[in-house]
Amino acid sequence: MNNFQYSRAADVADAIRLLTADPGAKLIAGGTNLIDLMKENVERPSRLIDISRLPLRNVEETDDGGLRIGALVPNSDLAYHPLIEQRYPLLASAVLAGASAQLRNMASVGGNLMQRTRCGYFYDTATPCNKRSPGSGCSAIHGLNRNHAILGTSASCIATNPSDMSVALAALGALVHMAGPSGARTTALTDFHRLPGDTPHIDTNLGAGEMITAVELPPHGFSHNYSYLKVRDRLSYAFALVSVAAALELDGNTISEARVALGGVAHKPWRSLEAESALRGQPATADQFSRAADLLLQGASTSSHNGFKIELARRTIVRTLTQAASATPQSQAHKKIA
Amino acid sequence: MNAYVGTPTSRVDGRAKVTGAAKYAGEFPADGLLHGFVVEATIPCGRIARLDTSEALKVKGVLDVLTHAKRPALADKDEAWKDEVAPEGSPFRPLYDDTIKFNGQPIALVVAEDWETAKFAATLVRVEYEQNSFATDLEGERSNAAEMDKPHEPRGDAAAGLAQADVRHDAEYVIPTEHHNPMELYATTAVWGGNGKLTVYDKTQGVQNVHKFLCGVFDRKPEDIRVISPYVGGAFGSGLRPQYQVVLATLGALALKRSVRVVLTRQQMYGLGYRPMTIERVALGARSDGRLDAVTHEAIAVTSRYEDFARNDTGWAEQLYSSPNSRFSHKLVHLDVSTPCDMRAPGAASGVCALECAMDELAIALKLDPIELRLKCYSDRDQSENLPYSSKQLRECYARGADAFGWSRRNPAPRAMRDGKELVGWGMATGVWEALQMPVAVRIVLTSNGHAEVSCAASDIGTGTYTIVAQVAADALGLPIENISVRLADSTLPQAPVEGGSWMAASSAHAVLAAAEEVRKELLRLAGKMPGSPLADAGLADTVLIDGSIVRSSDSSRAVSIADAMRHGNIERIEKEKLNQFDEDKKHARNTHSAVFAEVKVDEQLGVIRVTRIVSAVAAGRILNTKTGRSQIMGGVVWGIGMALHEETVMDHRFGRIMNANIAEYHIPVNADIHDIDVIFVDEPDAHINALGVKGLGEIGIVGVPAAIANAVYHATGKRIRRFPITLDKLLD
Ligand SMILES: Cc1cc2nc3c(=O)[nH]c(=O)nc-3n(C[C@H](O)[C@H](O)[C@H](O)COP(=O)(O)OP(=O)(O)OC[C@H]3O[C@@H](n4cnc5c(N)ncnc54)[C@H](O)[C@@H]3O)c2cc1C
Ligand code: SF4
Repeated sequence: MNNFQYSRAADVADAIRLLTADPGAKLIAGGTNLIDLMKENVERPSRLIDISRLPLRNVEETDDGGLRIGALVPNSDLAYHPLIEQRYPLLASAVLAGASAQLRNMASVGGNLMQRTRCGYFYDTATPCNKRSPGSGCSAIHGLNRNHAILGTSASCIATNPSDMSVALAALGALVHMAGPSGARTTALTDFHRLPGDTPHIDTNLGAGEMITAVELPPHGFSHNYSYLKVRDRLSYAFALVSVAAALELDGNTISEARVALGGVAHKPWRSLEAESALRGQPATADQFSRAADLLLQGASTSSHNGFKIELARRTIVRTLTQAASATPQSQAHKKIA
Repeated sequence: MNAYVGTPTSRVDGRAKVTGAAKYAGEFPADGLLHGFVVEATIPCGRIARLDTSEALKVKGVLDVLTHAKRPALADKDEAWKDEVAPEGSPFRPLYDDTIKFNGQPIALVVAEDWETAKFAATLVRVEYEQNSFATDLEGERSNAAEMDKPHEPRGDAAAGLAQADVRHDAEYVIPTEHHNPMELYATTAVWGGNGKLTVYDKTQGVQNVHKFLCGVFDRKPEDIRVISPYVGGAFGSGLRPQYQVVLATLGALALKRSVRVVLTRQQMYGLGYRPMTIERVALGARSDGRLDAVTHEAIAVTSRYEDFARNDTGWAEQLYSSPNSRFSHKLVHLDVSTPCDMRAPGAASGVCALECAMDELAIALKLDPIELRLKCYSDRDQSENLPYSSKQLRECYARGADAFGWSRRNPAPRAMRDGKELVGWGMATGVWEALQMPVAVRIVLTSNGHAEVSCAASDIGTGTYTIVAQVAADALGLPIENISVRLADSTLPQAPVEGGSWMAASSAHAVLAAAEEVRKELLRLAGKMPGSPLADAGLADTVLIDGSIVRSSDSSRAVSIADAMRHGNIERIEKEKLNQFDEDKKHARNTHSAVFAEVKVDEQLGVIRVTRIVSAVAAGRILNTKTGRSQIMGGVVWGIGMALHEETVMDHRFGRIMNANIAEYHIPVNADIHDIDVIFVDEPDAHINALGVKGLGEIGIVGVPAAIANAVYHATGKRIRRFPITLDKLLD
């Protein structure tokens, strides 16, 4: 761990001022990802700007009937918030599929969106990694890549984004609100995270001096036909090999609206508008679901150890859509996959 | 009298542990304590070309940076570095010279006023290496495997037996490298006592082993160093040998003449010992009726370049299955890694896993029920020694376990049983371990108020030694358990070996009995001298201690209270120490056994595996404490589930570096992975092994569990996975 300065931001404007003044500074919220990375010398911030006490802990209804979630709402508060449980159970479920109860108590919404990849080489400063030190090479491409991406990869990086929450947010069409030196702005969550391209060291489109202030959910919560299914190497407390957030609007057995987002397969939550529109107007059947899976996985490419992910993703997509269609969502408390 | 032995007595140290009163090695305070942080090598093989500590030394609060070039003297002879359980070879010496033998090797110790400063300054130590070519991949280097001493002499002609067999099974099983990951981090607090004397609080399974080692390495007299380790937060074999942090903390204290603490990080603990990866070939030949003709078991295991660590992976069939022909071999491949070490049921956990998977495959080839096959070749003798067992209730384990599990309802066809979207599989396996016992000395100090202090250098690594020592002492001294206080794990206490091999329960219990007999002898002498003593003519063998009195066994009305006897003798305390040695019984083989039954449910589409039931029926002689004993077996079962499905240390052989050196990515089972575990202790009276008939339970719980699960996965899915752990990707397609 390096030596660093510590400041506690008085308000959002203060945080932005501190961030802008010191390009090596980093915000710290729950610290569950940043401190780990500092202990490994992967992150070496010159200054920590503590935002954990800023008043960004509310979940409020918006005028159009959606919800605005403050960037510092703890993951557990989010998952158990009555409005989230009732109107956006897909989001509650995805959050509960992540980490452990203790970590969720500390982790914030903003920090969750900003958490970095779990690629082992990224964590090990003795190995080359383009994301950690640009231009040094990607150790994973010809190395251990069982848990790496199959979609949207580049020749520079095949890392995945580890967040569960973001997958549900992508499916729900959430917006990310940011504040920065030149004012506030908003972007779709699906445009917030980036693909690695040849700049894998840049995870998101958050600009210099900017911070996340809130995440906004549009009114439609898909609270009837939804499911979040996370497939991993043990039944709990592991990052996804593949996860799927599925949300359907059904008219009888006909799909009138469909959202499917994938986790564990790409550098960002993965959606395919083509797959979703192919589902619209179709009956909710396994055949349709597997057609959608094919469209979602179009262009997937595997590395030496993650070849299984394509088939696993295909089957997980079909299962999750089936759970959603039958209104029997995956429980995150049962020791069993439904 | 047996008020406590055999009962589910709660841990006598339980309260101290859950309230935080129990202190661990890294928690002992000391005036002016300094903190050391370890700098590790980031290459697997080569030498340090340049080690620049100047920037680190400039940091405020840093007192020194110790390196091979700048440190107090260390012994230069291998003999000094060889501890009680060192394997053949030349032990690793931290900060000794500029050679790098493995990734993660300590190369410097930054000592500072506080831990954070030391940790920060450690990042400023600059190292340049001359790297040599290296190899860390067992499978890639298997052709360089060299034969060890044969685990057992061959019997008959296994190759010919196999060739002539009606039915053969011949396959390789791969067990990956695994790390212990005890909850407590390795830590040492070396307290500087002035005039060169040190009290060393260390996380270890053997304080006297560490004591002797430190005296040798630092050329000190025995009275100059004292090693204490009252509580250990799990070790599982990783603490049998002194670990490098104890050398570094002592080195720091000697260099700076101050107290120094070194606590390893979780990541650094992956530079210590581990269960070695093995490739195990098992070839079985049988007649069509199921009797075995030939057993061949060959293992190829990883070890370091500097030591030959090898355990008995292959010989277990000699104990379990009768066969006229057998051959065993254990080969080692020397790689640029640290030396492996014992890890719960070393050898057996891996070797029996391979053997028991192979037996399952043979049963399928023979169209026999797996239990029936095992009964057909059941061995009443240890074949390599040609000896009967002191006791062996394995048949009863099969019967009781099968009954509790409901085995008779099993449809033998694979993929025949299901529950909704899940395929259901039932599998079983046999477990076996040794029943060892070692010389241990115990001191008892009985005071006239009816309290006794029982002390011994043995460690309690969480297994329950404090509790069973208290139980046995309370019964032998005829006192309530509340009146017994137990002191353990201080190198100045009476002699004990390292705590391992499942030998400590039997060994410490009998040492307590021996010391208690000395106490009783003294009490009898005192009581006999009392005027008109009711015990005047009693022989020692005709007396017992009950309810605070010494009583004649043949006539319980004749008794003298401990208080009276001591008052008349005009003494306040009786202090007796006795070293207990076991008579060597050359007429019996001594083992514990188990039958493990597993139910798995496998999601047919997704390959997700759940172990929904385990029944473990264990025959291990007399169970001293059914509560801590059950916990011990449950812990072994949970670990066996991890071994079957989760645990694997993953190395990138291009760098020779472990890529999942943390417990987020190195998976062990979590609560959601654990369902029903049923532990059955089968009655196993044993008149030969020792007075109490005790065998020990530390390792037997894990043995057989991974194979039972692998066999259940085959039964569920029709897929035989021979490369562990069985992760879901291996079941897709
Ligand atoms: C063992 C373990 C297991 C885990 N398992 C899972 C899992 O299964 N699924 C999952 O989704 N997650 C998992 N996590 C990750 C966890 O969800 C994240 O660590 C957590 O969400 C981060 O939130 P935080 O508030 O602690 O972030 P911090 O650690 O405080 O910050 C993380 C990053 O976000 C930045 N940041 C924080 N707040 C803001 C803001 N408002 N605006 C801009 N930048 C900001 C920080 O500068 C930093 O770079 C796991 C973590 C651990 C340690
Ligand atoms: S996949 Fe990305 S994060 Fe991993 S080593 Fe390659 S560049 Fe680094």
